[in-house]
Amino acid sequence: MQAVLDVEDVSKQFLGVRALDGVSLTLQAGRAHGLVGENGAGKSTLIKVLTGVYRPDSGTVRLGGRQVAFAGPADAQRAGISTIHQEVNLIPLMSVARNVLLGREPRTRLGLIDGAAVNAAAAELLARYGVRADVRRPLGGYGLGTQQMVALARAMSFDARVVVMDEPTSSLEPREVATLFEVVDRLKADGVAVCYVSHRMDELYRLCDDVTVLRDGRRVHTGELAGLKRVDLIALMLGRDTGELKAHGATAFSGEHHAEGEPVLRATGLVSRPRVAGVSVDVRPGEVVGLAGLLGSGRSETARAIAGSLPLQAGNVTVSGTPVAGGPGAAIRAGISMLAEDRKADGIIPNLSIRENIVLAALPRLSRGGIVSRARQDRVVRTFMTRLRIKASGPEQKVAELSGGNQQKVLLARALCLEPRVLLLDEPTRGIDVGAKAEVQALIDELAEQGLGVLLISSDTEELIEGADRLVVLRDGAVAGHVPAGHVTEAALLAALASGEQAREGEQNTDADAENAESEPEPHAAADQSTDAEDRADPGAAAIHSEEADHG
Amino acid sequence: MAEAVALPRTAPGARGAVLQEYGVYLAVAVLVVFNLAFTANFWSAANLRTQLVQAAPVVIVAVGMALVIGTEGIDLSVGAVMALVSALIPLYLGYGVGVAFVVALAAGAVSGLFSGTLVAVLGVQPIVATLALLVGLRGLGLVIAHGQLVDIHDTALLDLGGGAVLGIPVIVWFAAGAAALGGLLVGRTTFGRQLVAIGGNRSAAALAGLPVRRVLITVYVLCGVLAALAGLLATARLRAGDPADTGQLMELSAITAVVVGGTPLTGGRVRVLGTVAGALLMQLVRATLIKHDLPDSTAQMVQAALIVVAVYTARERSTR
Repeated sequence: MQAVLDVEDVSKQFLGVRALDGVSLTLQAGRAHGLVGENGAGKSTLIKVLTGVYRPDSGTVRLGGRQVAFAGPADAQRAGISTIHQEVNLIPLMSVARNVLLGREPRTRLGLIDGAAVNAAAAELLARYGVRADVRRPLGGYGLGTQQMVALARAMSFDARVVVMDEPTSSLEPREVATLFEVVDRLKADGVAVCYVSHRMDELYRLCDDVTVLRDGRRVHTGELAGLKRVDLIALMLGRDTGELKAHGATAFSGEHHAEGEPVLRATGLVSRPRVAGVSVDVRPGEVVGLAGLLGSGRSETARAIAGSLPLQAGNVTVSGTPVAGGPGAAIRAGISMLAEDRKADGIIPNLSIRENIVLAALPRLSRGGIVSRARQDRVVRTFMTRLRIKASGPEQKVAELSGGNQQKVLLARALCLEPRVLLLDEPTRGIDVGAKAEVQALIDELAEQGLGVLLISSDTEELIEGADRLVVLRDGAVAGHVPAGHVTEAALLAALASGEQAREGEQNTDADAENAESEPEPHAAADQSTDAEDRADPGAAAIHSEEADHG
Repeated sequence: MAEAVALPRTAPGARGAVLQEYGVYLAVAVLVVFNLAFTANFWSAANLRTQLVQAAPVVIVAVGMALVIGTEGIDLSVGAVMALVSALIPLYLGYGVGVAFVVALAAGAVSGLFSGTLVAVLGVQPIVATLALLVGLRGLGLVIAHGQLVDIHDTALLDLGGGAVLGIPVIVWFAAGAAALGGLLVGRTTFGRQLVAIGGNRSAAALAGLPVRRVLITVYVLCGVLAALAGLLATARLRAGDPADTGQLMELSAITAVVVGGTPLTGGRVRVLGTVAGALLMQLVRATLIKHDLPDSTAQMVQAALIVVAVYTARERSTR
């Protein structure tokens, strides 16, 4: 076996933050190497080092035994490293053929582009990868999958020795995924080294021979994939030890809440393409329900669908039995408030003051005849600034000048001053300092004790386990399992995440069919899947209850 | 006015920030002082009247433009709306000034409804949506007026253009009223605060349940109505309906006033008083240069330089 690309002990810092810390990676000819890790693990940075976008601060990159330092992506491509990105970086209005050969078109004797030769060369290239497309038609007329294949053919026409694929299937249809897999197999057979980045366990186990796990900029594992159990791989990604369970106390959560009565929030069969494909979830008053799942499993999208900011193709949402109409406004009036995942993009209005950010959604209630009442606003703002301990020079300070933690508290105040009955919290403590984190967690506890229904999404496993009373586990936009109250432990969560994955082990050949089934959520299909899950579950998965009960 | 709301002391040590905040008022003050010292007859009632009357239509249109720009939009159709109105007025004057007035404002509202719907519902870029109207409405006006200038003899309408109340021209009263109402709207009403929030972060505003579409459409309607009002007053002052010339390049004057007045093109902030000062500044620059026997072309170049300076000082604010 021969190492084509050898990355050794590479480090990269951004403004003092270590994005990569002594990471090594070896890609071998004819093998696919999976690169996995949660958000911020350093995958993107490593790929950018490989493909010449970044220069490493230290460490070496060897290609075919020779040390290289790329001047840029074009340089890396000439050297034989091609990249397939999530998004297709081609020109949609040009023909397929012109895209494939862009910049290297065959010329006629007069120095003009030889259209016929371009088309012939492109057609031959595409045929080699089993892509059926009319090379004379504009690229933009084809589906994303085909476009990606064209990008791949283009990449391969550079005689690539290494192909880096960054979540290539994230925007593909199931049928296109199947084609992509065939192409990867062919690349391997041709002796190309493939670096495959994905969060989807099925794909990794289907395609990859080796795997490297990154976490917090460090390599935490590398080796053959075949011997590694899914649950162990997930544990490595999340930084959890399956064997050992930490004692409570790492977070500010107190423990169980007293959930009682009928669900205050009931979401049934939510479908919001492309990410939510049949999710049902209930939250009772006083209960914190955790929405678990790996990256891309549709957690945020589910919350957004419930909050009315994503259109529903099917399913319905009720609050205390009353159906909620579409749109964020209706959801808010019904008593659903959401804290969005991306504080900057979907949360704060940066150029407005703390006061205006807090009262933003409640403004009509705090106004009389369309004229804002400053006195009423001040009362509300003062209450929440004290209650949430928002640290600022005063309510008139610009929200953009606050720390992340205080911005988050402002957004919580915005949600709370609507007097919601259900609170959807999407990554409420991401990117905020330890002190603010503990305060926010304590607040979530307090709110649940006061009878609010809380739906909690968090990539922080500890937060999810200690904060939530029970878990709903998502996978590919559908419910893959439940962890009931009293059984919420790390082992149960990891097992649920892994078993959801295992549900489809052995049906890899019919992957496309399985995906199809999910996009049209037929109850029996979902039930089949979870029965499967239980059959194959690890010993640790005893706590997982089948979906069947809900669907029966 | 609008500045009174939500503006804490900016971070210390930013002399640029002070310039951004008050630069336009400072420039107006400097020009006034300069003219008092060096320009003969500047401080005469007749001259001040002239300056205000000439700045008034720009102020009226620019207030509407400031609202649109506050939502991260732009309205290129204002000049064309004025042209359309100047063609419509002679047709309806026979029914009385009141009817002509209502028809004119309704035309502006319909135009705003059209561009607002394109922007808010269909997601067309504001510059494209209103560019279509810029081309189309003036054409429509010319068709209505058969490409001709139509003289106006209705005394009630002519009084709007040339008359005065308490010694101040009616048109200036209208401009002051538009500015005052615009300032109150932005600073003190739910609608105004929602407008600013939508301009500041549309996605967050939508998630917070704000009626984004309704607010956007209303903003374009208001801008259209204000442009129509300016068109009506311009027609009255000209004593003729002239769709070929009325409101020519008004969109650029209005945008200039807004930008020089310190409202960022990136939205999220509306400075109504600054806009008024911006319009006055551009007017004063021109008047000053002309009075000192410099040709109009020089004035244009100075105005261009001012725009560059204004955008440059505003630049720091937008880089957060």
